[in-house]
Amino acid sequence: MGLLDYFRSTRRGTAAVAKERLQIIVAHERGGRRHSPDYLPALKKDLLDVVRKYVPISQNQVKVHLDRREDYEVLELNITLTDEDQAGHK
Amino acid sequence: MSKVIVVTSGKGGVGKTTTSASFGTGLAQRGHKTVVIDFDVGLRNLDLIMGCERRVVYDFVNVINNESNLHQTLIKDKRVENLYVLPASQTRDKEALTREGVERVLNELRQSFEYIVCDSPAGIERGALMALYFADEALIVTNPEVSSVRDSDRILGILASRSRRAEQGDEPVKEHLVLARYAPDRANRGDMLSVDDVVEILGIPLLGVIPESQSVLQASNAGVPVILDEQSDAGVAYNDLIDRYLGENRPHRFLTVEKKGFFRRLFRN
Repeated sequence: MGLLDYFRSTRRGTAAVAKERLQIIVAHERGGRRHSPDYLPALKKDLLDVVRKYVPISQNQVKVHLDRREDYEVLELNITLTDEDQAGHK
Repeated sequence: MSKVIVVTSGKGGVGKTTTSASFGTGLAQRGHKTVVIDFDVGLRNLDLIMGCERRVVYDFVNVINNESNLHQTLIKDKRVENLYVLPASQTRDKEALTREGVERVLNELRQSFEYIVCDSPAGIERGALMALYFADEALIVTNPEVSSVRDSDRILGILASRSRRAEQGDEPVKEHLVLARYAPDRANRGDMLSVDDVVEILGIPLLGVIPESQSVLQASNAGVPVILDEQSDAGVAYNDLIDRYLGENRPHRFLTVEKKGFFRRLFRN
């Protein structure tokens, strides 16, 4: 390593390495969460419309949650009915 | 309309409680009735940082369990008008925070407070999730260091998917970046991530940069939020941050190295 290279390599600093590593890992980790949930709001709205044909429910009684594991995804749907509704539709 | 603001970070030790204490104090100083809630059940520390540890009688979990009411539990700050602290329980675990209980207490606080600042515990477990669930806005406290930045990004993902606003499809939680423990000289030398680097990676608006400062430890030693130390660089930075949050135009300071004059260089260090 020449004298010039020695000075050049110290000038770069470790922050540039940190930034590069972070950009890669953050992009990778975001990939998992920012792609899929796009259709969730629409799915939730459709579900709401279907259920409403039969039972009057409000928006926050339907919960849709997508979980990404190693190589599979879990789509969790949770529809809560109030006691009144259940009684009326027995 | 009152606002619920969570102070969160994922990683521990980056300055969440310091920021919560100073943020709450600064808002109250400017005439806004503010309460700061410690969500770190089992490891309460906000009381120490705000200097009211000897006045804790009841706590957040007592209020949730209806063992005390808010009037009995809230600690009124002795220095700043309009400022109250709701301490965490020291003897319970985080399971004591139920979503219904937290919601009920927040709704009651909304009746009389303009700003409700939620000091989140570290991690992404129940306490942290409860602290951010009901948030309207979030201060993401980050240090210019790889693990802190990565954890902040993780928390941003959780805010975007598991907060009440996300679950109900409301307008998303408004995010603000607070970059703490910043050392401009090290960043200029290329030894520390710069403000621009962190903003670029996280992609959220910068609310304030708090310089690495001895005054933060001194303030916590004394139990005085560092924003009240107006002589200190960190105190000045927090005051700027509050003004900026409230919509005033304050250019960011402490981004460059302060040039030492000839005599200062000669006689100090």
